[in-house]
Amino acid sequence: MKATIILTAAALVLLGVPAQADETATLRGGPIAETLDTPAMPKVVNKDLRQVRNYPEQPPIIPHKIDGYQVDLNSNRCMACHARTAIEQSQAPMVSITHFMDRDGQPLASISPRRYFCTQCHVVQVDSPPLVENDFVDIDTLLRRDAGAGQQ
Amino acid sequence: MFGWVKTLWDTLRRPSVHYSLGFLTIGGFVAGIIFWGAFNTALEISNTETFCVGCHEMRDNVFAELKGTIHYNNRSGVRATCPDCHVPHEWTNKIARKMQASKEVWGKVFGTISTREKFLDKRLELAQHEWARLKANNSLECRNCHDLDYMDFTRQSTRAAEQHERFLLSGEKTCIDCHKGIAHKLPDMAQAEGS
Repeated sequence: MKATIILTAAALVLLGVPAQADETATLRGGPIAETLDTPAMPKVVNKDLRQVRNYPEQPPIIPHKIDGYQVDLNSNRCMACHARTAIEQSQAPMVSITHFMDRDGQPLASISPRRYFCTQCHVVQVDSPPLVENDFVDIDTLLRRDAGAGQQ
Repeated sequence: MFGWVKTLWDTLRRPSVHYSLGFLTIGGFVAGIIFWGAFNTALEISNTETFCVGCHEMRDNVFAELKGTIHYNNRSGVRATCPDCHVPHEWTNKIARKMQASKEVWGKVFGTISTREKFLDKRLELAQHEWARLKANNSLECRNCHDLDYMDFTRQSTRAAEQHERFLLSGEKTCIDCHKGIAHKLPDMAQAEGS
């Protein structure tokens, strides 16, 4: 009985894993049955320098750590610095007027509930190589490239 | 009533009939040491985290929240226990705080915050007491560890260094003004500003 189980398992490993490794795109980097070395947790970029937006509508990324920031029904730690009334002291950028608008485009007195949870759109960056390849091209680069091609 | 007081006073004034002067002085001295020692030991026991989380009100609410924060779990392994922040270290203030804490015994007996819901309803008031205390003593319990004299701004992030230089160094603000909710979750802050 025990031998049967081991044989079956061995057969499954031999047959199943190579096929899976060929067909399945995975970020795991190894067969499912193996325990891999855990990659080190990358550090959050904490330079307080604004980074480029890849397209105009991109929510700006958070250039600092937000460990332990409480954003819930009771309190919003982000707004302690980024609220209209807080920026004089914090010298942080104010949340844009679009955040005050409700779904009909009507500006409210304060942050609209649908824009309340900052990390739905704004995220921190970590100092690590990208997990998957990305061939995104900035629109300016694209236009310049096209203009260059047209001249030739 | 007055007769009883007079009898007691007369007894105290009369020299001892049965006990020797040596017994009374040395015995009194030894008893004094024992009582003072016991008092201090009891005080120290009530000043431990084990004592604080002995009650479910603390263990399941504020202590559970503390566990996720930097004051409990961090890179260097130095941590703050409940009394580090919530009990003054200096004797007179410590005794004053301990006397105030008798109200907390009352709360425990009558179950003022015996459930999570009751605690959440009361949380704003409780937090405001602590904010007021730290504001009044210029965040003394923070400064027992975080001494401005030894704070190296160059090792802080740009943002933190600028803020500390503008507001902490100038004395315009004290730690608790900006660092509320650093070790526990915050109550409804909209209500806190209104009151």
